[in-house]
Amino acid sequence: MDKQELRLTPEEARLTGLSREEYTDSNFAGHSYLHEILITLFSNRATAISLACIAVIVLMAIFAPILSPYSYREVHSEATNLPMRIPGLEKLGIFDGTRAGVDQYERHGVPDEYHYFGTDNLGRDIWTRVWTGTRISLLIALLAVALDVLIGVTYGMIAGFFGGRADLIMQRVIEVLTGIPNLIIMMLLLLVMEPGIPTICLALAITGWVNMSRIVRAQVLRIKGSEYVLASRTLGSPAMRIILRKILPNTMGQIIITFMFSVPNAIFFEAFLAFIGLGVPIPMASLGTLINDGYKSAMLYPYQVLLPAAVLSVLMLSFNLLGDGLRDAIDPQMRSM
Amino acid sequence: MKKYVLKRLLMAVATLLFVLFILFCLMELMPGSPFNNPELTPEQRASIEAKYGLDQPFWTRYVNYIANMLRGDFGVSYNIQQNMPISDLLAKRFPVTVRIGLQAVALGVTLGLLLGVVAGFNHRRAADSITSAVAILGVSLPSFAFALLLAYFVGFQWKLLPFLYSTKQPFLSSLLPSLTLAVSPMASVARYTRSEIIDVLGQNYITLARTKGVGRAALTVRHVLRNVLTGVITVIAPSIVNVLTGSLVVEKAFSVPGIGGLLITAIQENDYNVTFTLAFIYCALYILVMLTVDVLYGLIDPRIRVAKGE
Repeated sequence: MDKQELRLTPEEARLTGLSREEYTDSNFAGHSYLHEILITLFSNRATAISLACIAVIVLMAIFAPILSPYSYREVHSEATNLPMRIPGLEKLGIFDGTRAGVDQYERHGVPDEYHYFGTDNLGRDIWTRVWTGTRISLLIALLAVALDVLIGVTYGMIAGFFGGRADLIMQRVIEVLTGIPNLIIMMLLLLVMEPGIPTICLALAITGWVNMSRIVRAQVLRIKGSEYVLASRTLGSPAMRIILRKILPNTMGQIIITFMFSVPNAIFFEAFLAFIGLGVPIPMASLGTLINDGYKSAMLYPYQVLLPAAVLSVLMLSFNLLGDGLRDAIDPQMRSM
Repeated sequence: MKKYVLKRLLMAVATLLFVLFILFCLMELMPGSPFNNPELTPEQRASIEAKYGLDQPFWTRYVNYIANMLRGDFGVSYNIQQNMPISDLLAKRFPVTVRIGLQAVALGVTLGLLLGVVAGFNHRRAADSITSAVAILGVSLPSFAFALLLAYFVGFQWKLLPFLYSTKQPFLSSLLPSLTLAVSPMASVARYTRSEIIDVLGQNYITLARTKGVGRAALTVRHVLRNVLTGVITVIAPSIVNVLTGSLVVEKAFSVPGIGGLLITAIQENDYNVTFTLAFIYCALYILVMLTVDVLYGLIDPRIRVAKGE
């Protein structure tokens, strides 16, 4: 992006008696709105780190399963519960595939294999499974949040813009929905429908949109009364044009912030549902189902549950920090001191 | 105030009836009937159905269902323990869940207030940064991560506390589950208290009080904390909800014989009757908590009832 320098026009230069070069102010050079946001975003160390973490995890989720020599679903009954073994680090005496002083890879007859995160109780490579699981968790979360945005923004716009009786009824619907714990709604839905990626997304979205619609409605109510909307209305713009051209762009910041906080929430609920036995069906794996599987032998083979739990935790933490950073950048008034 | 409370009460009852209606419809939709025995003649089946009221019209059965649920007659379990009345299944488990939940809320709110106050009064110092880091971890990390870490390190490796619930030591073995559940309320209360204190300290009336020579202790207690604490109740409400949800995870993780663990078992064993009953109980608890908090908050802060009620 070009830095535009604040320069005097020839007329102003003549009036002030300064040459144009002398009056060039590069400290307060004009930035576009986006540029401004990006600068604030990256000057925050926590945000920059969390963005990097998300990038690494997403890249791993995309490429690690492709590059891995093992499949996430292939069962190897001879190489079960192998400990972690990482080339390079094994020379330092850590992650060298031994447990209680015995080389487990030797013992199970696979001395040449390297399972970075070990294998599970069916001999499946955990490294591949963790990244495949991350892929599915991210996919579910993004799809669910996309649905949230679609439903929530439409609902909030209609309720906020048209107001009156429609708004009254729509708010009562939301009140009843928020009167029931999210978890119960999701659980019942997944009991009636078979758990799979689409149904889990639907279950997450059916409760998730409420928050989005509330925020959008509040924004619309605020913007609706402003002069430029009144001006546009006076000039005869139809409702649709006002919504799409005047109101939507001005609520975008809040929508993006809410989106960022919804993603970790969706990731969490997906894992939560998996933990209570309503996760994606086997042999598919998500971070939640991996944690659920690993939990059974957590005391014997802690790495089987700690690794997916760590990826999940870093992912959720990063998205939350990124959300905080974005909120500070987009809406400085809401900055949390 | 009366009007506000009445309105909230009405809304709560409506929500509860709606939940019951959904659950009832799901029960109707679920495949299978308890009387599928092929040896039954049509007459016998009709007489059994008459006995259990299954021949009644939809709305009559719905009203009966509501009456039964509210009376605490939830029917019998199908798979977990055949023909065991669900109320008996619950009788022992419910107190365990409530106990752990209450311990968690008490612990979380106390710790959260402490952390928040320390951080708020030491804004931009080390104590503040540490508390903020703890708070953001507590808000962002999933409950099973804490359950896992506590169970593995405190319980298994260092053997400080039992990591499996046992009825012989109900207090000691409920500590780790309570601690896990307390993290979420602690973090949100700490966050809220901190930012409120920083906000209040910048207000003009604090400067005025200082100028008038109000002592440090009196200033803290009478002017700052009094204004901060009324708001804390708003963050306690969502935390209690988190504790309710979290009880599922924690009871599974620490093998606690409570209703959360029972719900998971019921889901996995396809015991619809138990699942729906527990769904109802969770909803009822949730509605009760929300109602209490809203009414309490309306009592404390008159601005709320003006905004929400009238």
